[in-house]
Amino acid sequence: MERSFLIRQPSVLIFIGLLALFTIGATILSEGFGLGLISTSFIKTLGKTLCLCLIALAMDLVWGYCGILSLGHFAFFGLGGYMIGMWLMYARTEQIVINSLANAPLPPTSGEIRDAIGSQIFGVVGGSEIPTIWTFAHSFPIQLTLVVLVPGLLALVFGWLAFRSRVTGVYLSILTQAMTLALALYLFQNDSGLRGNNGLSGLQNIPGASNVSQDTISIWFLWASALALGLGYLFAAWLVSGKFGSVIRAIRDDETRVRYLGYSVEAYKLVVFVITAVIAAIAGALYYPQAGIINPAEIAPIASIYLAVWVAIGGRGRLYGAIIGAAFVSLISSWFTSGQVPDVPLGFYTVKWVDWWLVLLGFGFVLVTLYAPKGLGGLFDRLVRRQDA
Amino acid sequence: MSKNPTLLEVSGVSVTFDGFRAINNLSFQIGSAELRAVIGPNGAGKTTMMDIITGKTRPDTGKVTYGRPGKNLLKMNESAIARVGIGRKFQRPSVFESQTVFDNLIMALKKSRSPLDVVFYRRDDSDVSKVEKLAAEIGLADQLQRLSGELSHGQKQWLEIGMLLAQDPQLLLVDEPAAGMTPEEREKTTDILRKAAETRAVVVVEHDMEFVRRLDCRVTVLHEGAVLAEGSIDHVTQDQAVIDVYLGR
Repeated sequence: MERSFLIRQPSVLIFIGLLALFTIGATILSEGFGLGLISTSFIKTLGKTLCLCLIALAMDLVWGYCGILSLGHFAFFGLGGYMIGMWLMYARTEQIVINSLANAPLPPTSGEIRDAIGSQIFGVVGGSEIPTIWTFAHSFPIQLTLVVLVPGLLALVFGWLAFRSRVTGVYLSILTQAMTLALALYLFQNDSGLRGNNGLSGLQNIPGASNVSQDTISIWFLWASALALGLGYLFAAWLVSGKFGSVIRAIRDDETRVRYLGYSVEAYKLVVFVITAVIAAIAGALYYPQAGIINPAEIAPIASIYLAVWVAIGGRGRLYGAIIGAAFVSLISSWFTSGQVPDVPLGFYTVKWVDWWLVLLGFGFVLVTLYAPKGLGGLFDRLVRRQDA
Repeated sequence: MSKNPTLLEVSGVSVTFDGFRAINNLSFQIGSAELRAVIGPNGAGKTTMMDIITGKTRPDTGKVTYGRPGKNLLKMNESAIARVGIGRKFQRPSVFESQTVFDNLIMALKKSRSPLDVVFYRRDDSDVSKVEKLAAEIGLADQLQRLSGELSHGQKQWLEIGMLLAQDPQLLLVDEPAAGMTPEEREKTTDILRKAAETRAVVVVEHDMEFVRRLDCRVTVLHEGAVLAEGSIDHVTQDQAVIDVYLGR
């Protein structure tokens, strides 16, 4: 019998252990539950980082393991965010409307409530009708299902068309960029039904929890994100540990040969593409309530390119590599762009890190590609091997 | 012939690439259990013929049927053709170098190819012993846990033949198996192929006459995309047309 994948891959248990320690540690130091050494906004940053680690994990599965350089996975992340955002915004607006109409001389009809919700949410784009795509926005379970269903279906249709025509390599990457760009441009329109460039906002307020402080809610989301990342990591490790992992790595290395072994390469690519799209969507649905706002700029093509850069820097083809890359780069990035890093005055010119951070990131990417092609995770491997020897 | 019914029938197949007629009204048959060598000068259409049978290239005209009742291979894609029992070995050894010999063989082992079954597949003792037996046949029994990228050229060729055997195909197409091998390695390759041909059809494409002679089987000579001669090695080497186009050079 085959030994359990957990025994064959000790790194999985180490990762889960570190994640648990991190989450408990952050909770103890937080304002909401403990010593107050970490601000609530930083807890949110940490929670968001965990979500970014989860989408990086998906990227590593699709690119590092299966060789599909998708530059469109942020489209799925964003769609997941929009789906949960619709409920968050609708349900909260509904509460506000009901409360404000409670003192009216006549009790409001359900039609009046609906109209009021419509003008509250869509007034900003000059409408008051609730679009058809908001039909289920009142229902948490349905929107939660849509978090998985909508991005999953998009990935299924897109992947089926692309893989069936045997689009591979850089052509596929361009196609995925086109997909995310098209989606972003569509959402930018005011009549897309998702408030155009205003996006959805106020997502940090959880309906039904209006008297719970953000300090507490931030901890809830930190734990939910950690749980999702832990489960996602276990699932990914299980998936790649067996024959399925063998087959998708074989597809990455020589897909023609895999075809002659009798495996339908297109079906495998489609399965991996859809699974990773769904993981990305779940990550997005946890990210945006912590960010508080989502707008179409979030799914601009550049976001998906950053994702590929994180995974490349962290080391693709190893799950912890993706996590290291996403956590490291996104945390440093938020540090540099927060304005906390002192500018460097050179006399004739002042290096402002908010602008120069991207140059630094690009430089780092080139260095990693040249000197550590296996990424930071690869350096880690080398250390472990040296200890063994 | 009745003892060895036709397994593969290629009839009247032609294919043109940019005006160049690579295969020209080609027809031939392969029996269910036979070893066949296909020889011919460069550009005779040997590899294109394999591409047509395995679904990589679609011919302009002609029919390719396989098995009994005859399945039309021209309507199937590469992976479906592989699943009905046609295995192909490429000219350069193509094994999955970042994976172990064991994993390469497990992947090739005849099992359900559907993604769902593969996700939940966990190997059992009978699969492991099948792999071990195969590894012994191809002389890689003590290399199972090595990365296949670390193997020598000859060992990679054997691993690839082993992967083909693991698929348990009824028809095996082998492209220049002996290229780049030492004399001892060639001898062993001949043994593996002859043993395989006891229970299935094996078609070997080769340029090397010495190797073909050692296979000691029926030979088909291709020239300009059509069959020039067919018969025993002695028969075809004495054929004047063959001498003119191929051996006389």
